[in-house]
Amino acid sequence: MNRFSVHIHGWLLLLPAAVLLVLFTHYPVVATLYHSFFSTPRGSVPPVWVGLENYRQMIDDPVFWQALTNNLWFAVGTIPLSIALALLMAIWVNGKIQGRSFLRLAYFTPTVLPMIAVANIWLFFYTPQYGLLEQITGFLGWPSHNWLGSRDTALACLIAVAVWKEAGFFMIFYLAALQQIPPNLNEAGAIEGAGRWYFFRRITFPLLMPTTLFVLVNAVINAFRLIDHVVVMTRGGPDNTTSLLLYYVYEVGFKYWDSAYAAALTMVLLLGLALLAIAQFAFFERRTHYQ
Amino acid sequence: MLNPIKKALVAIALIAAGIAQAQTTEISFYYPVAVGGPITKFIDGFVADFQKENPGIKVNSIYSGTYQESLVKALTAHKSGTPPVTSVLLSTDMYTLIDDDAIVPFDGLASSAEDQAWLNSFYPAFMANSRTGGKTWGIPFQRSTIVLYWNKELFKEAGLDPNRPPANWKEMAEYAQKLTKRDANNTTQWGVQIPSTGFPYWLFQGLTTPNGVELMNAAGTETYFDNPAVIEALKYWVDLSRAQKVHPPGVVEWGTTPKDFFEKKVAMIVTTTGNLSNIKANAKFDFGVAMLPASKRRGSPTGGGNFYLFKKSTPQQQQAAFKFIKWITSPERAAQWGIDTGYVAVRPDAWNTPVMKKYIEGFPPAAVARDQLQYAVAELSTHENQRVTKALNDGLQAALTGAKTPEQAMKDAQAEAARILRPYKR
Repeated sequence: MNRFSVHIHGWLLLLPAAVLLVLFTHYPVVATLYHSFFSTPRGSVPPVWVGLENYRQMIDDPVFWQALTNNLWFAVGTIPLSIALALLMAIWVNGKIQGRSFLRLAYFTPTVLPMIAVANIWLFFYTPQYGLLEQITGFLGWPSHNWLGSRDTALACLIAVAVWKEAGFFMIFYLAALQQIPPNLNEAGAIEGAGRWYFFRRITFPLLMPTTLFVLVNAVINAFRLIDHVVVMTRGGPDNTTSLLLYYVYEVGFKYWDSAYAAALTMVLLLGLALLAIAQFAFFERRTHYQ
Repeated sequence: MLNPIKKALVAIALIAAGIAQAQTTEISFYYPVAVGGPITKFIDGFVADFQKENPGIKVNSIYSGTYQESLVKALTAHKSGTPPVTSVLLSTDMYTLIDDDAIVPFDGLASSAEDQAWLNSFYPAFMANSRTGGKTWGIPFQRSTIVLYWNKELFKEAGLDPNRPPANWKEMAEYAQKLTKRDANNTTQWGVQIPSTGFPYWLFQGLTTPNGVELMNAAGTETYFDNPAVIEALKYWVDLSRAQKVHPPGVVEWGTTPKDFFEKKVAMIVTTTGNLSNIKANAKFDFGVAMLPASKRRGSPTGGGNFYLFKKSTPQQQQAAFKFIKWITSPERAAQWGIDTGYVAVRPDAWNTPVMKKYIEGFPPAAVARDQLQYAVAELSTHENQRVTKALNDGLQAALTGAKTPEQAMKDAQAEAARILRPYKR
């Protein structure tokens, strides 16, 4: 075979994957970018070029800013907590304890359940007066509270659901990584007289860094991607206090039918996520030790 | 090889099949399900009966999810070129569908005098959301109004006449005060509950209408959210919750409101007539159904779904769908549909059918919604409908959670609505 046919061969092997990727990932991104510079077609009125008008509209849109702020709080609330919990649970079920596999299964269950079902169950937990949470606080003699219906607690309630849902999933990755750590390191540490905390800080945690990076990237993406529970539990209310960015994109696109503005919002969301991912890799790459 | 006779027979059979094919008109029909009960079974039954009577028409009934999902599916299909021929969608989606050039009015198809009479056979209150600019764009099908449900047992316990619901706002507040039970630091039973998630604007119209004010003009280009009577109505709602503390605080979930009523956590609830079958089946106590309490007058908005005809379909298909819609809204079927689902039968003559008369005799509360229709007004619907109602919903939730005063909330909502509707005011 000459060089040319080798090339052809290579490209042909690549083709199926490349076609799918272009069709469902790259083309939609480019099309979205393109449409974000046009007005929304209405009935018989075709779209016209409006340049950056859709982006300018965003600056004056209070709901967009609120959704963005909510989303940042949602990320701050879910990411560190779910990762810390995942690590804790992984270390716990990695030890030699009774009923270990049952415990692992229990921790992983929330991940298996569909988010819509989960949200409906939690909706009942939060129901004022006779919901599970209210029954517990009522038993303790605390005053009743409308958890999802008040501005101060609605977003926190959604964060709790997301943490509960995600921690088990991340735990699986940590568990797998923990089992990759050679046991002789443990023995060496014991001989040198390293305490458990010291051993974790100096050996376990650094060795888990590649997993932490992977989990972190996923957690960040999920913080901006998960909105099923918003749809079921609050629909963005009360008064937009639980509206997340992607939910707002959905509202603009499929409730208001303003597809051009929705495209512009999508681009901002995409750009934000891309920047975050790049920053994470750049920052952690230097601190990550791959075995 | 086939012999010549066989060949001829085959040819004839093929031609005959071709003719039959040409005579059958296929129409697709999207319908949402928004209340409990085996709704799909009822619809399939109707469709089967219709096809038996009209062999030339094949109706493909497609269950399309909630109202919101149905609209998304129908409009997306319209934009890609193949919408359903007919669909049941919210009556308030009328302006959205017109603005997208997705539907045709029924007037062009209703050519005969009989058809014209049919167009005028529905309750005028339902037609308020089905007509604009002198044309009929929707045909009422699964329509509702808001009513008050009350728990007769709890009324008795509180020393109230169990057969006398509150007739006006003053009485509702007084009754609610007597019906609210508190222990050391908790309220164990609330007097009254008006849900405020999902579509609070609709339930709010159950307060503004009795207060003698409408929220928009008939052309759907103007709103009146900052009218003093509107602010007064919101103040009444907020005061029940925040000042008198006889209504649960904050935003109250629409979905769990019937359950709160079953659990006796609340003595009176305000919700759709569409919940009647559900409450009848699940309330383990004697309950009553009443018209909404009056302030300056009686009143409630209508709600629910209409039939629409989509533009991107052939004239034959539109004719066939027209026939189907006429058939399914006949008095007998409107009555049967109302009994099966709890929706309000959409035309006066449906209430004079023997089945309906018998049903009401056995279950008088079913007639309350009908009696209220004479006071009913159109549900809030404008151009850019979802955006405008969202502005009002946000304002209502802000006031109910105490983030804004009723005055401020309604002024902000009005300013936002006016901004959205500016392009339509010519």
